[in-house]
Amino acid sequence: MGLDGEESLATSERAEENANDRTEATSPPRDGEDESTIRRAKEEGAETGSKVEFLSTNIQAGSQSPVLEQEYRPPLPPRPNNVNILREGSYSPGSSLKRPGKTPRPLLQSTATTALSRTEVNTQSYQDGSRESFAASAQRTPPSKAVAAFGSIRKVKGLSDSEGGDSASVRSYAPTLETGGDAESLLGEVLGASQESPAWRLLGTQNEAPDPFDSVTYEDDEATADFYREFDEIGAVAADGENEEQLLKKWKSKRKHFLILSSAGKPIYNRHGDDNLISGYIGIIQTIISFYEGSHDQLKGFTAAGARFVVMSQGPLYLVAISKLGENDAQLRVQLEALYMQILSTLTLPNLTHMFSNRPSTDLRRPLQGTEPLLSALADTFTRGSPPTLLSALECLKIRKSHRQAINDTLLRTRCETLLYGLIVASGRLVSVVRPRKHSLHPSDLQLIFNMLFEARGVKAGGGENWIPLCLPGFNKNGYLYMYVSFVSAYDSEAEQGSEGHETGKPDDIAILLISANKESFYDLRKMRDALVEELEVHGSMAIIKSAVRRGRPTATDIVPGTVLRHFLYKSRANVQFTMPSYEPSFTTLLARRRLLSLYHALHASIHAKNAHLKVHHCISRESISLAWVTPLFELYCVAGPHASRNALAQSANKVIQWVRREEERVFIIGGAVSIHSLDNHTTYESLTLPAARYSD
Amino acid sequence: MADSAAAPPKPSSSVKLVLLGEAAVGKSSLVLRFVNNDFQENKEPTIGAAFLTQKSHLPHRTIKFEIWDTAGQERFASLAPMYYRNAQSALVVYDLTKPTSLVKAKHWVAELQRQASPGIVIALVGNKLDLTNEDAAASGETNTGEGGDVESGEAAEESGDARKISAKEGRDYAEEEGLLFFETSAKTGVNVQEVFTAIANAIPETQMKGAKGSGAAGAGTGQTALGSERVNLNQRAEGVKEGCAC
Ligand SMILES: Nc1nc2c(ncn2[C@@H]2O[C@H](COP(=O)(O)OP(=O)(O)OP(=O)(O)O)[C@@H](O)[C@H]2O)c(=O)[nH]1
Ligand SMILES: [Mg+2]
Repeated sequence: MGLDGEESLATSERAEENANDRTEATSPPRDGEDESTIRRAKEEGAETGSKVEFLSTNIQAGSQSPVLEQEYRPPLPPRPNNVNILREGSYSPGSSLKRPGKTPRPLLQSTATTALSRTEVNTQSYQDGSRESFAASAQRTPPSKAVAAFGSIRKVKGLSDSEGGDSASVRSYAPTLETGGDAESLLGEVLGASQESPAWRLLGTQNEAPDPFDSVTYEDDEATADFYREFDEIGAVAADGENEEQLLKKWKSKRKHFLILSSAGKPIYNRHGDDNLISGYIGIIQTIISFYEGSHDQLKGFTAAGARFVVMSQGPLYLVAISKLGENDAQLRVQLEALYMQILSTLTLPNLTHMFSNRPSTDLRRPLQGTEPLLSALADTFTRGSPPTLLSALECLKIRKSHRQAINDTLLRTRCETLLYGLIVASGRLVSVVRPRKHSLHPSDLQLIFNMLFEARGVKAGGGENWIPLCLPGFNKNGYLYMYVSFVSAYDSEAEQGSEGHETGKPDDIAILLISANKESFYDLRKMRDALVEELEVHGSMAIIKSAVRRGRPTATDIVPGTVLRHFLYKSRANVQFTMPSYEPSFTTLLARRRLLSLYHALHASIHAKNAHLKVHHCISRESISLAWVTPLFELYCVAGPHASRNALAQSANKVIQWVRREEERVFIIGGAVSIHSLDNHTTYESLTLPAARYSD
Repeated sequence: MADSAAAPPKPSSSVKLVLLGEAAVGKSSLVLRFVNNDFQENKEPTIGAAFLTQKSHLPHRTIKFEIWDTAGQERFASLAPMYYRNAQSALVVYDLTKPTSLVKAKHWVAELQRQASPGIVIALVGNKLDLTNEDAAASGETNTGEGGDVESGEAAEESGDARKISAKEGRDYAEEEGLLFFETSAKTGVNVQEVFTAIANAIPETQMKGAKGSGAAGAGTGQTALGSERVNLNQRAEGVKEGCAC
C-alpha cells in the first residue's frame, strides 16, 4: 500500500501560514465581542461579524449542489457544534448547547458557541487555496433552558444547509416545540439548573476577566459526576406516582437518548426510563414527526432546549436520537443506522415488513424481547464515544505480518465444510478473518457482532460455548446465519488478569467466531474450534495473540517518542480500518475519553463538511490543539495538549504517518478489512460459497 | 472443554441434557448455579443457546453433563428440536411466581413427549423458590431423586408471598405426566444440585454413552439413532443433518 502521494503536512503548513497570521490578528477584537454576540444570538442574529459573513458566502457556493441531497444532508441548519475538549482542569458544564431558537443567519448559529474562550481559533484551508480563520465568539445562550456551549470547533459543514427555505423550516419547528412548555424543557431542565448555579453566573460575569479558568475548575466536579451518572438506571415509577417528578428530572439529565417507535406511535425501545414515565414525551415526538409526515415534509432534525433531535424513518420505524453531546446530524444518523441494523439482525427485514404490513399497530417489543440489552449496549457505546462508529472502520490487533499469516493459514487449514466466515477477535480487535472469495464481511455487521460479544455481557456471562442465530444485514438482510462463539482467556491465571485489566475492561476475551449458514452445524464448528485452538496453541500463535492483548495498545509516546501528541486516530480508507494509541495516560476516565471523542467528532464533522473540501483542519482551543488531515489514502486526527505548537503537532502528525507506513502490515489486515490475500489464492475455498437461496429462507 | 482424561477409577458416562422454558424463568441461572455455583441478579437473556459441560460425581460413577441452555424467547422456539433431539434428559423450568410460565412448561412437556427420544427423562422445575415466604428449611432435605417429591412449599402457600403456583399444582401435573418434580432457587442454590443428581439417577445406565466415546452399551447408541430418526421435524427447509458429529 503506497503512500506515494507523499503527503506531508509541511506543505499544507506553509500554505496555511497566512491563515495563521490572520488568525492571530482576528483574535483580539473578540474580547469586546462577547456580550454583543450573545445579544445577537438572542436577537436572531441581526448582525454577524464580517469575517463570518465571508466564510458563509464562500461556503454557500457549494451548497446547492445535488451532492447534498444524495448524502442526505439534513435540510436543517445544524446547531452549533459544541465540543468539550480535554478540559481536564477547567471543565464547565457546557457540554450541551442551545442553538438560538430562530436564527436566519446560519453562520451565527455555528459560531456562537462558547461562553468563555477567547483563544479559540479555527483555521480552515480549502483545496482551492482559500482559507478562513475565525475566532470563536463567546456567547451566553438565552437563560431559559440551555447552557452556552463551550464548543471550540464549529462545524463549517452545516453552514450551507441553512440558506433560504431550509432555515425557514427551522423557524417553523421552533415554535412547535416551544409552545408546549413540556417540550421546551424536554431535556434542558437539569442542565439549565446547573447553568444557573452561582458558579455559572459567576462565570458569566467573568467574561471580561483575564483568566476565567480558575473558577471553572470547580464546576468540573459537578459536570463530571453528571456524566458518570449518565448510565445509571432511572428506576420505575412507584405505584402512587409519587416519585415521578424526581424520575423525570433524572431522565432529563441524561445527555443522550435513543427512542425507537413504530410509525403508528407504539414505543419500541428507549434507552432511559420506562414507558409509563416518558409516554407523554413519546407522544409529543410522535406528534411532531407525523405532523411533518402529514404535510409530506419529512422531519429530519431539530434543536430544542440544547439538545439536537435527529429523526430517521426506516420503513415502519422511527428512530430518534436526542443528544447534548455535540455530534452532528450525519454522525447521529450513523448511530441510528446501527440501532436499526440491530433490529434487522434480530428480526430480518422480511419479518419486520411482514409484521407491520399485517398489522400496522404491531407491538414490536415482544418480538424484540431480549434485544434490548444489545440496543442499550450500542447506545451506551455511542454515548461514551466510539472511534469505530465515528470512522465506520474496524480496529485490528497489532501483530507481526508473519504471525498473522500463520494464524490465517491455521484457520484455513482447520476450516470445516460448513464454514462461511471464520474470525478471531481479541478484545474487540480483529485478529484474523477467513471468508469465501465472493463474500466480504460488512463493517456494520462486525460492529453488531462485536457489540454482542464485547459490550453486551449476555453471551460472555453465560459461559460455555454459544450457538447464535443472527441476521447480518450487511451480508443479507433476508435471512439468518448461525454463529458459533467461544471465548479463550488471554490470561493464564486469574491473578494475572487483575493487575492488567484496565485498558478496555474486557481484556481477557479472545473470541473464536465461526459462522455458518447451516443451523445444524454446531457440532462441526465446535470440532473445528477445538482443532483450531489446538493448532494455534501448538504453533505458538495463541501465545502471540494473548501477549498482544495483554500488552494493549502502545501509547502515543511509544509510537512517536517525545511527541506532543496525546492521542490520534488514523483511518486507512482503503482498508476500512483504523488504528489508535492507548487512551492512557491522558484519557483514562470516562469523561476525559468522552471529551476526546467529542473533539474527534468535531474534527470529523469539519473535515467532512461537504462544501468545505478541507484537507487540513487545525483547531486550537484552551485545552488542546488538534488537527484533522485527510487525503485519499487516510484520515488522521491528532490531539496535543494546549501548550504544544502547531509545528510540533504537524511534525508529530508526519511521524505518525511514517509509523503507520512502517507498521502498516501489522496494524492493518491488508486487502480490505475483511479479506485476506492468501485466501483469494485458495481456490478450494470457493466451493464453500453457498448459494444465497440457502440462507435467505 | 473439560477433558475426561483424568477420570477417577469410577466409570464415567455422559448425559445430554436440555433446558427448556419460558424466557426469564431462570434456566441460565440454574445452570450457572450448577456449573459455577454462582448467581447473577440481573442475568441477561440468552441469545440462541449456550452449550456447557459439567461433571457430577455420584457415589458409584461420574456423570459428564452436556448441557444445552436454550433461550426462552419465542423467536428461538423453532430451533429447539435441534437441542432436544438427542437429549437423554430435559429440565422444563417455570417460574413459580408466574402462572403463564407453567402453561408454557406444559407445552414443552407435550412437545418433548411427542417428539423427543421416547426414553427421555424429564424434570419439571419450579424456580425462584426464594421469592416465597416459606421457610427455606426444606433446602436441607434431600429429595431422593426418583419420586421427585419435594416437601418445601407445602405449608405456607397462602401466606401472601410472590408464589402464584402451588407446589401441589406442579407436583400433581408432574405425577400425571410421569416427570420428576422439584422446586428450586438458583439464587440460594436450594435443590439445584438435587435436580441434576436426580436426573442422573433416573437415566438407566444402559442409556448412557461412555464419555470416552467407546460406544459404551449398545443401548446408548440405539437410543441416539432412534432419537434422531424420530425427531426429524425441522420446520425450516434445510436438509437435516445428524446433529452430533462428536
Ligand atoms: N429471585 C430469584 N431470581 C432468579 C432466580 N433464578 C433466576 N432469577 C433471575 O431471573 C432473571 C432471569 O434469569 P435467567 O437465568 O436469565 O432466565 P432464563 O430462563 O435463562 O431466560 P432466557 O435465557 O431469556 O430464556 C434474572 O434476572 C435472574 O437473576 C431465582 O431462583 N430467584
Ligand atoms: Mg437464559
